[in-house]
Amino acid sequence: MRPERRRAFVTPASRPRLRRHVRLQFDPVRNAWALLSPERVFWPDEVSLDILRRCDGQATMGEMVSALAAEYDADEREVAADVTAFLQEWTDNLLVTL
Amino acid sequence: MTDDLLPPIGMLAELTHRCPLQCPYCSNPIELMKADREMDTGSWLDLFDQAADLGVLQVHLSGGEPTLRRDLEEMVSKLSARKVYTNLITAGVGIGEGRIEALAAAGLDHVQLSLQGTNPGTTELIGHYKGGFEKKLETARRVRAAGLPLTINAPIHRHNIEEVPRFIELAQELDAERLEIANVQYSGWALVNRDALMPERAAVERQADIVEEARERLRGVLNIDFVTPDYFAIYPKPCMGGWARDAFVIAPDGGILPCHAARTIPWLEFERFGEFDLAEIWANSSALNAFRGTGWMQEPCRSCERRELDWGGCRCQAMAIAGDAAATDPACMKSPLHARMRQFAEIPHQAESAGFHYRRIGAKPV
Ligand code: SF4
Ligand code: SF4
Repeated sequence: MRPERRRAFVTPASRPRLRRHVRLQFDPVRNAWALLSPERVFWPDEVSLDILRRCDGQATMGEMVSALAAEYDADEREVAADVTAFLQEWTDNLLVTL
Repeated sequence: MTDDLLPPIGMLAELTHRCPLQCPYCSNPIELMKADREMDTGSWLDLFDQAADLGVLQVHLSGGEPTLRRDLEEMVSKLSARKVYTNLITAGVGIGEGRIEALAAAGLDHVQLSLQGTNPGTTELIGHYKGGFEKKLETARRVRAAGLPLTINAPIHRHNIEEVPRFIELAQELDAERLEIANVQYSGWALVNRDALMPERAAVERQADIVEEARERLRGVLNIDFVTPDYFAIYPKPCMGGWARDAFVIAPDGGILPCHAARTIPWLEFERFGEFDLAEIWANSSALNAFRGTGWMQEPCRSCERRELDWGGCRCQAMAIAGDAAATDPACMKSPLHARMRQFAEIPHQAESAGFHYRRIGAKPV
């Protein structure tokens, strides 16, 4: 029997990863990054792209936040709130797994 | 009209019109093509190459029943090599041993399985195929065992609308990630069978509540897509995301269409892949250009603030109900024919409906 699926919640210890059926790839025709999923193609903006690229199943959410805060020279708490909200939404949409 | 022609993102490939099922709401045209009109393997592979070059990122391999094409694995390999996302849209009966695994190995990304009902009785009533339900469950199991993500597609009408709660449970039991509760769109065979399929308003309203509750409860567990019924709507849907805007349909013979029902607009002429390159057809086809953008619109669409949200709705529905393909979709409350369309949703229940015209090759209803 398979385990029952449950909603997953983002924590600093989560190691987010794109789901198997979700693909981030560069589209040479439009010169942009595309995220392919079963029914939709997303065109992530620069910030979303920076988050999604770090979703490799290795880095923890906490590590991602530190790295992004450093890169954008931004307040870590604010970055944490934004990244958490973003990843929770993408997890709820079954595009990212924790 | 074609000032800002965009490259297409999505392509729905009707690989064949052959299908073991006979659903009375099938979106295929009434005049179904026989196998001898289908494009050969080489042409399909060539088409997929050209589609990838043109910018197509996602291909829905559909039909009829696409697994009846024995070259499906080759097609998936080609698309996968071109980094195109592949979605197999299948009825899930009669798929030979080892095929799903072979498709997964060829690089298939996703499977969408249609369920006509949540039990053998409804499934057989609609699909007209004995043992269909059990086979579909087996297909779902094999899809998940092969590690492929699964969407359940449930076309909804009068005969299964009360099964919506059970569809939601069943999708979870089958370990699907997505469920489409898709109220039947009345074109193709569904238009012929409209009176026999039309649900009652009370059931439609109950369904909306059930889906809304389930979406909330199953957030992060099961994605539920709700395709609402046009005949009970106040605004139309952006059919195909806008006529020939970023997606198209290719028929089994290579005909390039803006949507699967476009052949119901009698004066449109469609080019076939092979006669021209795909890029030429995409840019220059008179049928694709007929309703691109907003320049073709009449009032009330022309001055409506929603014109780039829903693109005036479905041209084929305008043709079917208003008799004018350039009219506002009568699903829109601003259409002068909106009330008339509503009536089509009410009348069937006064006169208890006739039986189905089952979808069959060569069984053109009169
Ligand atoms: S709707 Fe039914 S008959 Fe039509 S292609 Fe799908 S399974 Fe076959
Ligand atoms: S009037 Fe036309 S554009 Fe406006 S909502 Fe209705 S269909 Fe859409």
